Amino acid sequence: MSFQIDWKWIPRGIVLGLLAFIVFGPLTNLILWAVAERWYFPHVLPLKYGFSFWANVFSPRGNAMASLATSVLIAGLTVIVSLGLAIPAGYALARLRLPLRGLILLALLIPQAFPNLPVYVNIARIFYQYGLNGTILGVVLVHVTHGLVYAVWIATAAFSAIDRELEEAARSMGATALRGFWDVTLPIAAPGLLASAIFVFLESLDEFTGTYFVGAPDVTTLPLLLYTAGSGGNYQIASITALILLVPSIAFMFVVERFLRSDVLSKVGH
Amino acid sequence: MAGEGILSGQLLLLPPLAIERRWLPHEDRRKAGGVTGVDGRWSDMPIQLIGFLLVAPALAIVLLLFIVPLVSSVTGAFDVGGSVGLGNFTKAFELYSGDMLFTLVIVLLSSALIGLFSIMIGGYLTLGTNARAVAILRWIYRWPLFIPFIVVGQILRTFLAKNGLMNNIFIELGLMTPAAAMSFLDWRGIVVAFVWKQTPFVTLLLAGAMASIDQSTIEAARNLGARRVRILIEIVLPQVRQTLLVGLILSFVTMMSVLSVPLMINAQSPTMITANMAFRINAHGDYGVANALGLISLLMTSVAAMVYLRQTVREHSR
Repeated sequence: MSFQIDWKWIPRGIVLGLLAFIVFGPLTNLILWAVAERWYFPHVLPLKYGFSFWANVFSPRGNAMASLATSVLIAGLTVIVSLGLAIPAGYALARLRLPLRGLILLALLIPQAFPNLPVYVNIARIFYQYGLNGTILGVVLVHVTHGLVYAVWIATAAFSAIDRELEEAARSMGATALRGFWDVTLPIAAPGLLASAIFVFLESLDEFTGTYFVGAPDVTTLPLLLYTAGSGGNYQIASITALILLVPSIAFMFVVERFLRSDVLSKVGH
Repeated sequence: MAGEGILSGQLLLLPPLAIERRWLPHEDRRKAGGVTGVDGRWSDMPIQLIGFLLVAPALAIVLLLFIVPLVSSVTGAFDVGGSVGLGNFTKAFELYSGDMLFTLVIVLLSSALIGLFSIMIGGYLTLGTNARAVAILRWIYRWPLFIPFIVVGQILRTFLAKNGLMNNIFIELGLMTPAAAMSFLDWRGIVVAFVWKQTPFVTLLLAGAMASIDQSTIEAARNLGARRVRILIEIVLPQVRQTLLVGLILSFVTMMSVLSVPLMINAQSPTMITANMAFRINAHGDYGVANALGLISLLMTSVAAMVYLRQTVREHSR
């Protein structure tokens, strides 16, 4: 019996190995480029490893630090604005009897159902008239529009998952509606809201197309820096920037299930 | 959805249909009253009005920053020097009809491959009998899920190049001669990038749906001695068809709006119309043709989007 199982590991091992190559091959390539000092054809591996490009990227005159700061600022503002809009909306959608509730959820879904490149092109044109092109505010607004769908849907799910009786208990003890929300509902919904905050943050951090049309060349975020460096053939700088963007994304992949408990997940889209 | 972010719209939990089976009946929500209750402080204001006021800011953002520009992209497509006409479309077809076909073929081919691979991976995750192999597969397949498209573009540009790591490894292993090495940075590179990035997303949705179907039918088929491939095709797949469809449609829309991958992997002609739109604007300031191309991409996706929205409405009206 055990012999048979051993044999079965041969095709399994080949398939899993192939899949691992497909997934990790390109990622390894990125890491190699990030630490390669010299690497050219026909050498399979870099000739010289080192961190001199890192020193360049992170030096005060390197523009990576400035881009990172811009990216984090934009992402932070995007989270604040998105959640500021999504928490009341999610609460109303989860708890209050809204007329046309289905239609409202659908309207919030529209940005998901259409390619947004033509939209960004025209936002850039509209923003230009109001002097919002090339400003942090303009880029934040574009990122908010993009992140809002997730923020509202997750917030709605997070509030739907909370037992209504807890709130009613607070109310029956004399708490006002606002106080009941603040002291009871919000803390319980916090993990779900935190997950949506992280998600919106990462979406903003990684956003390229909108920033490319609305922000460039005045606002340079990390994805734009990556694009410029890559276009200029500076693969080390591009790879280091890519790595900076990659780490939080992969970390989120591993923890997302801990933040979004299954009772919240089962309410998404509900 | 269609952005360039980590998931680019594809939050693993988001697409509402993916979890359709777990939706609870709406009665639950209907019989529950509003927050404020009858004696609440807000009670002099009707709950519906409060609710509307709470939702209004979010709706306003979507309306002003998505729907208005969407409409102006449509009107802009017909705007030829201030008057209404089809000039932009004539020019767009003259210059880019090859690229339109190219775009459609790439996106359809990628969707087909994404569907195939996600069925294979999801099927093994659901029906695999070896717990360790399933665990390894589950750990490996997800990695590209949250990786931003711009990073995918950069990674694959160096990996798939003529002198890239992939060819070098093949040459080193003796699988290929240096003379046979060629660059994959054309339509194939774009397809690889899309499939690499989108398969985990569709698989995640599909595996979730597969896990929630009734296990007893699978067990019964197993007991009758049916092979796993047959169980997958005849019993599991028909039950998760909806989820697969939604996942593929969301991927389709995403691929139609990703700009970084075509720009980074294959910016020369023939390329995708997303790259052409960016070029019309950056090089010529030509919003007319860019909007015409935009409208064409909207038409391509609206076929897909219609299916998606119709499903959502159907689910909500249940």
